[in-house]
Amino acid sequence: MHFLTSNAPFIAPQNSVQRMMFWVLIALLPGVITMIWQFGYGVLFNIIICLTTALTAEALMLRLRGRPILPFMSDLSAVVTALLLALALPTLAPWWIPFIGALIAIVIAKHLYGGLGYNPFNPAMVAFAVLMVSFPKSMTVWMLPHALQVDSVTFSDLISIIFQQQANPELIDAITAATPLDTMKTQLGLNQTIDEIRSASLFGSIAGTGWQWVSIAFLLGGCLLLAKKIISWHIPAGLLAGLFVISFIAYMSEPGLSPSPTFHLLSGGAMLGAFFIATDPVTAATTTKGRFIYGALIGVLTYIIRTWGGYPEGIAFAVILINMTVPLIDHYTQPRVYGHK
Amino acid sequence: MKLWRFNGGLPSLAEHKNESTHLPIEIAPVPNHLVYPLRQHIGNAATALVKVGDYVLRGQKIADAQGLISAPIHAASSGTVSQIADHLIPHPSGFSAPSISIKTDGLDKELAPSSQPDFRQLSAADLVSLIREAGIVGLGGAAFPTAIKLDNQSKSRRIDTLILNGAECEPYISCDDRLLKERADKVIEGVNVLLHLLGAKRAILAIEDNVPSTFKAIQTAVDKNNNPVINAVQIPTIYPTGGEKQLVQTLTGKEVPSGGIPADIGIVSINVGTVYAVQQAVIEGKPLTSRIITVTGEGVTTPRNLEVRIGTPISTLIDVCNGYTQYAERLIMGGPMMGFALMNDEIPVVKASNCILVASKHEAVTEKQAMPCIRCGLCASACPVSLLPQQLYWFSRSEQLEKAEKINLLDCIECGCCDVVCPSHIPLVQHFRYAKSALKVQHHEKHLSNIARERFEAREDRLTKEKAERAEKSRIKKAALKEKSAKETIDAAINRAKAKKQNPTEGEG
Repeated sequence: MHFLTSNAPFIAPQNSVQRMMFWVLIALLPGVITMIWQFGYGVLFNIIICLTTALTAEALMLRLRGRPILPFMSDLSAVVTALLLALALPTLAPWWIPFIGALIAIVIAKHLYGGLGYNPFNPAMVAFAVLMVSFPKSMTVWMLPHALQVDSVTFSDLISIIFQQQANPELIDAITAATPLDTMKTQLGLNQTIDEIRSASLFGSIAGTGWQWVSIAFLLGGCLLLAKKIISWHIPAGLLAGLFVISFIAYMSEPGLSPSPTFHLLSGGAMLGAFFIATDPVTAATTTKGRFIYGALIGVLTYIIRTWGGYPEGIAFAVILINMTVPLIDHYTQPRVYGHK
Repeated sequence: MKLWRFNGGLPSLAEHKNESTHLPIEIAPVPNHLVYPLRQHIGNAATALVKVGDYVLRGQKIADAQGLISAPIHAASSGTVSQIADHLIPHPSGFSAPSISIKTDGLDKELAPSSQPDFRQLSAADLVSLIREAGIVGLGGAAFPTAIKLDNQSKSRRIDTLILNGAECEPYISCDDRLLKERADKVIEGVNVLLHLLGAKRAILAIEDNVPSTFKAIQTAVDKNNNPVINAVQIPTIYPTGGEKQLVQTLTGKEVPSGGIPADIGIVSINVGTVYAVQQAVIEGKPLTSRIITVTGEGVTTPRNLEVRIGTPISTLIDVCNGYTQYAERLIMGGPMMGFALMNDEIPVVKASNCILVASKHEAVTEKQAMPCIRCGLCASACPVSLLPQQLYWFSRSEQLEKAEKINLLDCIECGCCDVVCPSHIPLVQHFRYAKSALKVQHHEKHLSNIARERFEAREDRLTKEKAERAEKSRIKKAALKEKSAKETIDAAINRAKAKKQNPTEGEG
């Protein structure tokens, strides 16, 4: 009898890119639901526009590059990129913000660099940074969190704000607000103390009305990823530890002028960044030790940008900048191989 | 006993031991013919001692070791040598190689076992040569001649620990497990021989904790033997804990130096099947002519653990197991992690064969669609020698062999862990095997070109020197000739003149 030959190991693979991305999507669900609850259906519009644009762009780019479309589309990586970008965008952003963002992420940051596995920078964060730098005004229209909404917003209001941008400016003023991080930065610039700033209703009981729950939801999703071993603990732990330590030092030395570590961890994108964005395997460091360092550097740089930089939130810029250091980190953190001194 | 943990590995790899671990060892019948590849061990091929038409007995040496690293081969049954020619051998590339074929006569006449004195009376050197003569090689799969491993003369330092490897970490295989269950006393006897030979201070017999009944059997045998330096130990079931380097680390916390052998840190590690072969040779005077093989997988009707005469064609074993099932897809020698697929069942089993796995479609993947590496690092977390497979892959694929070597490609043990955990389904081990052999070729070529250069330079030197010498010689010769001819002319003239003077009339007459 004749048999086919091939090479060991013969055991079927136990994992796939698709499975990993699938669990990332599942783990994002608590955060997505909390965001919709807190910030309304604008989140959904962002998600839908990002997804449609990203998937279309992905298919077109794969075709242009002569890659098999179905196997690559079904790895779900474009879906994850689109979703992460959508969750980072302000909830009342005009429709072309998620549209342009998704195009930049997939076409420029991903495929022009060689597609899945070859892009040095996190695609969603590149898109976020380009939007932030190019359209600063449209990138700040966050809806008031659920608990603070006085005027009710109808669905048609939402449509007209996002798609026609003909809504009554008074309405927009009434239903939008700067983010807690933004407000903190502006107010500190006006020589207010932390206590004065935090007395505003926007800041809530822990770290920002609405925002704190979103952060906690992302933290829960992150724990699911850890439990399913989709990510290792090193990057999130490094990032959160970096952010915590530097904000704790500042908080202890100047309590009146520095927001608490809790505020830094839970009021903005730290949790989303730590568990879902910095952990993007393609752009992160690859060694165990390197991953902790990589995470910690992002945490510290985030604090620096939030405190002394020009933007209220620093995660996106920190991730992109630390992406650049990955080859160096990898080079200097190679593990000792068995039998070597 | 304190145990250590090696990096990574696959703790949750499906073991597939239940298919065969309860099956007692059965003796496989004598096949119609036996085939002996002359090279079935690491080192030089053996040289045939018989010719076509010779009648041989079971236990008779039919090929002798050639050089130090080699092993003799013995016939496993009586019969006539029918052919000494190329035959398909168990090799991943489907090679043929010189082999001795024996047509058996079914009488199974045996050479009388040589009677042995008590091994305690024998010197280490005597025991080593006895083991060498018995043709014993590592039966765990590597097939390295055991005598060399045991020979103290080749060692840089004294051996204090003897490790008996009963950790059968590859899925499906249960030959060592059955051996330990059924013949524990003989294995322990073999351990005593090795302890005596090596003068080691302690012996550790390691068994995975997924076979507690085997551990009990061994523990009973150890207690009965009453040698306090022999210890049986249960170790966690984590593939590839049966790998020599991983087992050394698990049991001692020490690491075998890169490029070195366990003896460099005072350890000798030997598979339990090999220990049994040593017992057979030293105590019972029988050379290595048979071994235990697990025949298993969904592609075979009745899985069995068989004591098989080495040289038996695989087809005979399949017949013993009532043939193939309709699911038979792959014929694998060894386990599914490190074994290799064979083209057909005419290939004989050799000393190193521990398992014939007839795999179904879902037991052995037929084709994997490789996707781009996403640098997730799962491969590095799984690597039992702490390599960075993902970077090795990068360099291997782009043929940057020096860079791959620099990040320790040659330390890869090809266990397949990285391959199995890779979410992009990249055949990493295949890339590494290729890069390793390319590197070997490169080293060899460099070596050859160095030799060639030296030879060329030496030749040039020699030629210049010869030319100079020749020139010198011919100059001297010429000078001498010149001198000689001048002298001769003068002498001749003088002679002529003298003759003229003595006999003046002659010239005019």
